[in-house]
Amino acid sequence: MHKESEIRYPLILGNKTYHQITEDVCAPVEGRANKLWYMAFTVAVITAIWGLGCITYTIGRGIGVWGLNTTIDWAWDITNFVWWVGIGHAGTLISAVLLLFRQKWRMAINRSAEAMTIFAVMMAALFPGIHMGRIWMAYWVFPIPNQFGSLWVNFNSPLLWDVFAISTYFSVSLVFWYIGLIPDFATIRDRATRRGPRAVYSILSFGWSGKIKQWIRFEEVSLVLAGLATPLVFSVHSIVSMDFATSVIPGWHTTIFPPYFVAGAIFSGFAMVQTLLITARKVVSLESYITRKHIEYMNIVIVITGSMVGVAYLTELFIAYYSGVEFEQYAFLNRATGPYWWAYASMMTCNVVTPLLFFFEKVRKNIVASFIISIFVNIGMWFERFVIIVTSLHRDYIPANWTLFHPTFVDIGIFIGTIGIFFVLFLLYARTFPVLALNELKSILKSSGDNYKNKKH
Amino acid sequence: MEQFTFSSKLKRTTFILMGVGLIALVLGIANIFGSSDEHHHHLAVARLWSNVLINGFFFFGIALAATFFMAVQYVAEAGWAVVIKRILEALGAFMPVGAFFLILVFAAGTFHFHHLYHWMDPAVTDPESPLFDSIIAGKSGYLNLPFFWVRAILFLGVWIWFWKRFRTKSLEEDLGFDRKRHFANVRDAAIFLVFFGYSSSAASWDWIMSIDTHWYSTLFGWYTFSGIWLTGMVVTTLLALYLKKNGFLPQLNASHIHDLGKWVFGVSFLWAYLFFSQFMLIWYANIPEEVTYFIPRIEDYTYIYWGMFLVNFLFPMIALMDRDHKRNYGFLITIGIIVLIGHWLDTYMMIIPGTMQEHGTIGFIEIGLALGFLGLFSYVVLNALTKAPLVAKNHPFYQESIHHEIH
Repeated sequence: MHKESEIRYPLILGNKTYHQITEDVCAPVEGRANKLWYMAFTVAVITAIWGLGCITYTIGRGIGVWGLNTTIDWAWDITNFVWWVGIGHAGTLISAVLLLFRQKWRMAINRSAEAMTIFAVMMAALFPGIHMGRIWMAYWVFPIPNQFGSLWVNFNSPLLWDVFAISTYFSVSLVFWYIGLIPDFATIRDRATRRGPRAVYSILSFGWSGKIKQWIRFEEVSLVLAGLATPLVFSVHSIVSMDFATSVIPGWHTTIFPPYFVAGAIFSGFAMVQTLLITARKVVSLESYITRKHIEYMNIVIVITGSMVGVAYLTELFIAYYSGVEFEQYAFLNRATGPYWWAYASMMTCNVVTPLLFFFEKVRKNIVASFIISIFVNIGMWFERFVIIVTSLHRDYIPANWTLFHPTFVDIGIFIGTIGIFFVLFLLYARTFPVLALNELKSILKSSGDNYKNKKH
Repeated sequence: MEQFTFSSKLKRTTFILMGVGLIALVLGIANIFGSSDEHHHHLAVARLWSNVLINGFFFFGIALAATFFMAVQYVAEAGWAVVIKRILEALGAFMPVGAFFLILVFAAGTFHFHHLYHWMDPAVTDPESPLFDSIIAGKSGYLNLPFFWVRAILFLGVWIWFWKRFRTKSLEEDLGFDRKRHFANVRDAAIFLVFFGYSSSAASWDWIMSIDTHWYSTLFGWYTFSGIWLTGMVVTTLLALYLKKNGFLPQLNASHIHDLGKWVFGVSFLWAYLFFSQFMLIWYANIPEEVTYFIPRIEDYTYIYWGMFLVNFLFPMIALMDRDHKRNYGFLITIGIIVLIGHWLDTYMMIIPGTMQEHGTIGFIEIGLALGFLGLFSYVVLNALTKAPLVAKNHPFYQESIHHEIH
């Protein structure tokens, strides 16, 4: 039995027993949804339908319906792509890196964070897909045997590396998530009273019986997957950053991009986890498991990664000056004072200034403040990608090409629509999946449960 | 044994190493005065001072990294590492000595005893001079002597000041249970890390990147930082194994060693990742302003450059991948020493091509001075280790740490 210092906060509040944990986590799956859920679901479905409509319209008419032009040939779509991929990062970090670091608070949040990852990566993959114009030829991004004429992927292109990085990432995250779910699905199966759900959960749980041997394998495979997924946390967003950094475009080509994008991705991912979980703990009454301390820990991750992003922003600004390269200097001057200064200012305020409030313990522990700041970060990180992509393109080397980007209703509709689809998926998940890793949570009850900790003293 | 005793045999070894260093120093000075023409004189000066900078920075970096790692342990509420905390504190004790050598190099540069930092020459920023360099002149808002000195003193001073505070509170904690001191250190650690985040990058621009004055890379700060972090972890591991092998630190168990092995493994990946990111992006874009850094390194120092990358990347990856290897003293010590030499070469490659162009060599002066610094470093660190009990018994996570067990 591991010792636990008395200065550590309990991670499971209230007088919980093993049975109570099962009851609490299974309640949303077994019970009926409340009004709030139906309201949220309706809004999400309507938004999703609107988004799907805009996507269909784009596919039907071609990407001319977007605001892109010959100078700014990447804008809204790639911003959304990077934003969604970034959000996905927190899930892998929580499931893999925090597992390797033996962080017990991870147990309460990993399931939802991983679900969020899966859905966010789906939303992300949508954008390059529809940007291709002819989505029915999307499989051409894979290096497939060439019967179509002069068609072969360009292995020198970071865009192709992205295809590999993101598909690997998606597969590993999915497997990780699913393996963690197996014992919990089995719990729901064993409790199911109706035949239909029992049959479904019995298939989903792969005949899990909870034998010691199965648990040993479960823990081993979790560690192996964590070891494999940790480099993925780095590789995916590094390669996304290389889409920009391998170019010779001022503001894009900078060596700090890979680690800075990774930090930014974790930053935005944690902000989204925070937004979702602060809501979820209220809606499905999990305040005993996702405690104020959990929120504080996530806020600490947000402030650390946010500070890293801040260091990177200032490093870029400094090196632009220090390099003595006129184009580089202009790119940054234009970002801060050009026609898109408002985007730059929003990015700086939301990503660098507001998270600094988390240096104060009072703010970190305040749930309303945490929620508001998490929204700020979500917005700021969207603007970060917009600033990087659009401000670097809109004034290129030939001043005659200079122009501005104006999103059309289709651009906006697709982006809002993906948020809708994301929430449809997440809300369905919250009603059908165990939203906490209940069996793993039980493993920390005796060392970190409120009642057990207090009993010792 | 709760208290480390610095055996006279070991003391003698450190003195012998320092003696070797002194001989190398004398040889380096003799080289300067014995050089036949101006070109050789210039090279001999650059060689000696470059080596003081390489070793000063390398060993200072270990001390700084140990302090950084300790601060991370505080902020992260890490329990397992309490038993190695005194090792980290003792490593930090080298910071003032390392800082002395860095300041010596900067002062000698300021007074033109050497030209490692050729932007310090007033001629290059003087438009009237035939040596005028418009690119360097464009950087003089940052690269100028007064501002450089303000930064150097500020960074070194604040880092050492924080180390002192951590150490004092940690020793006070030994006298009696007092959570307040622990939490004061947690708060200080957070402030230190914020300061470190900015200052470590700026220091690497000032002290290393400005040698290749024209060149710039936004990743350089983090790249340098990952290298010193790794050497810090390696030295921590080696020192922990040394103590354990000699019967000190009985609380240190196989799980702690396993975790230290993981840190060496993980941080060497981080270093390789940052090396690759910086190199690949510059290679891929192939912009003249940027590739000037890699071309001389690859063309003039092919074997050292690629050799150090491959050694620093492949050795820890292959040898420490296996769980049992991370618990094996022989593996850890061998890999630790190889990686330490590898990262000394990394530091060498950051400095020498900029200061000596294609004329850099590794001879007795290089090896002798490095050994001398190693002797001095070991002496200072081991001496600091004798000054306090080897384990911080009243640390709130002490019980967690001594019962640490992983599989």
